[in-house]
Amino acid sequence: MTQTIAASSAHPKAGGRMRTKGKLIDFSIDVFLFGFSILMILPLVFLVSNAFKTPQEMLAWPPRLIPSDPTLENFRSVLADTPLPLWIFNSVAFSTLSMVAIVITSAIAGYVLAKFPFRSLNIIFILVLATAIVPFEVYMIPLYFQAQALGVLNSLWGLLLGYLVMSFGIFLVRQNVMHSIPDELLEAARIDGAGEFWIFWKIVLPLLRGALGALAVLAFFQAWTSFAWPMIVTTTRDSYTIEVGLALFQTGFTVDLGRLSAASAAVLVPSITLFVILRRNFVQGVASTGMKE
Amino acid sequence: MLQQKRWRFAILAILPTLAIFAWVRMYPIVETLRLSLHQWNILSKNKPFVGLANFRELFHDQLFLNALTNTSIIAFGVVILTVPTAMVIAGLIHHRTHSRFSGFYETSVFIPHVVSLVPAAMAWKWIFDAKLGPLNALLEFFGIPAQAWLFDPVLSVICIIILCSWQALGYAVLIYLVGFKNLPVSLFEAAKLDGASGVQRFWFVSVPMLKPITLYVSVVTLISAFNVYAQAFVLASDSQGAPGRQVRVLVLDMLENSFRNYRVGYAASEAVVLLSIVLVLTLIQFGLLREKGRK
Repeated sequence: MTQTIAASSAHPKAGGRMRTKGKLIDFSIDVFLFGFSILMILPLVFLVSNAFKTPQEMLAWPPRLIPSDPTLENFRSVLADTPLPLWIFNSVAFSTLSMVAIVITSAIAGYVLAKFPFRSLNIIFILVLATAIVPFEVYMIPLYFQAQALGVLNSLWGLLLGYLVMSFGIFLVRQNVMHSIPDELLEAARIDGAGEFWIFWKIVLPLLRGALGALAVLAFFQAWTSFAWPMIVTTTRDSYTIEVGLALFQTGFTVDLGRLSAASAAVLVPSITLFVILRRNFVQGVASTGMKE
Repeated sequence: MLQQKRWRFAILAILPTLAIFAWVRMYPIVETLRLSLHQWNILSKNKPFVGLANFRELFHDQLFLNALTNTSIIAFGVVILTVPTAMVIAGLIHHRTHSRFSGFYETSVFIPHVVSLVPAAMAWKWIFDAKLGPLNALLEFFGIPAQAWLFDPVLSVICIIILCSWQALGYAVLIYLVGFKNLPVSLFEAAKLDGASGVQRFWFVSVPMLKPITLYVSVVTLISAFNVYAQAFVLASDSQGAPGRQVRVLVLDMLENSFRNYRVGYAASEAVVLLSIVLVLTLIQFGLLREKGRK
């Protein structure tokens, strides 16, 4: 837009026309993007709206955004038929524990791999990178038998087994340490007689707060949306995560879309709210995945 | 002496993480490779070594070939739908960075990427529903007969592609936005002075400059689409509780062989096929990037 302004000072008349034209284009782009954004979230908006509809209203055409006769019947019958609160609790507990484990392991390993230039550590780093490209689905069957051998199937610990470490997390912390913590800082602390552990705890960790925050959000959502692993590890109704619970609930005989929507909405609304609050962290974390060199 | 002390700290600090890593990542990966060469049904004690027999059988297995075809169609369909759309949307959002609504655009395009798979799939299940769904109602409004979207083998693959693209788009847009922000402004100024229109600048400057990003986004989208499972499970399951009968995908076929047919070695060989696909895609990406760097 700087160019239009520059042009307008040279040729006031032509520039004015150009500016109105530019504004018109910008306005139409805004209209298009606005429409597109609405379209993207519309399925979810309708899902929430459907949750409050009676079976008759579900059939209405065109579908109404705000139910004319809102009812809580769907929620009531879902709560009566399924241990939905328990599933949500399982998911929250699993995601939180996984987040804590990933943040701790990534922080330590990432720092050590960034600032301790020993050859043995380089080999470890290459191994970490190499496993990063292997999709979880590839090795989850042997992992299942490990969980079975430990006797942790159908439990939080079994779920957690698959989500204790994150190659990308180690990588993210390593990059951050390399770029934002100068060697001189650590050397100065060492000369002052600080122990290695003290340096990590008092100097490195506070400087990594931003990166670890982004990683925490990523790790939480990764566990929250995991599907295949919880699907094979949990087989009892009480140990399901919300994803598995809902997926199996919807295959039932007598389940109608109203109740499915109610159950889904009960899960969606809190997680979207959480996302909107943590958006900055999340975007930072995801964006940094694209900046791998 | 000092060096040795630091080395000891480094090893002690990384050891627990490394141990976990070896235990829940490296061991199962190696075990997958090993099992793929053995015949093992959970019930029997011995696992005879069968060499490549599992793989040979795979390529005559109609169900597996069907799953492989479906998954490939879905993966490439998602990329073709997602990547160009994401580039245009990101370009437009970048152009309107100073708009009051740019935060809203970014957030709403990204939300489908973070919501849990199953509830999101449920929303689309309603849209595609043959009797209740708005899609059929809309088609009938225009005089097009209603389709059994989720029960027709071809149409249900299309439905899965739409659902997966809807979810993948946010991630691609985000990465493109980072790319647009890193493009040199001077280039656009020069193009503007030469009288290039906005569309021309996008086509002749942004698109070629963003090639590495396009490559990265395409490969990441492809790889994650090859692992499609939840979407197929929810969308293509009928009310009779027969999940995924309509659209067989790789992960589903693998899990079924392992846990329903108890053929773990055979399932592991499917996992190895999946891994090979991912590896080949990654190598292509690295190869193309390096080639670009050399120029």
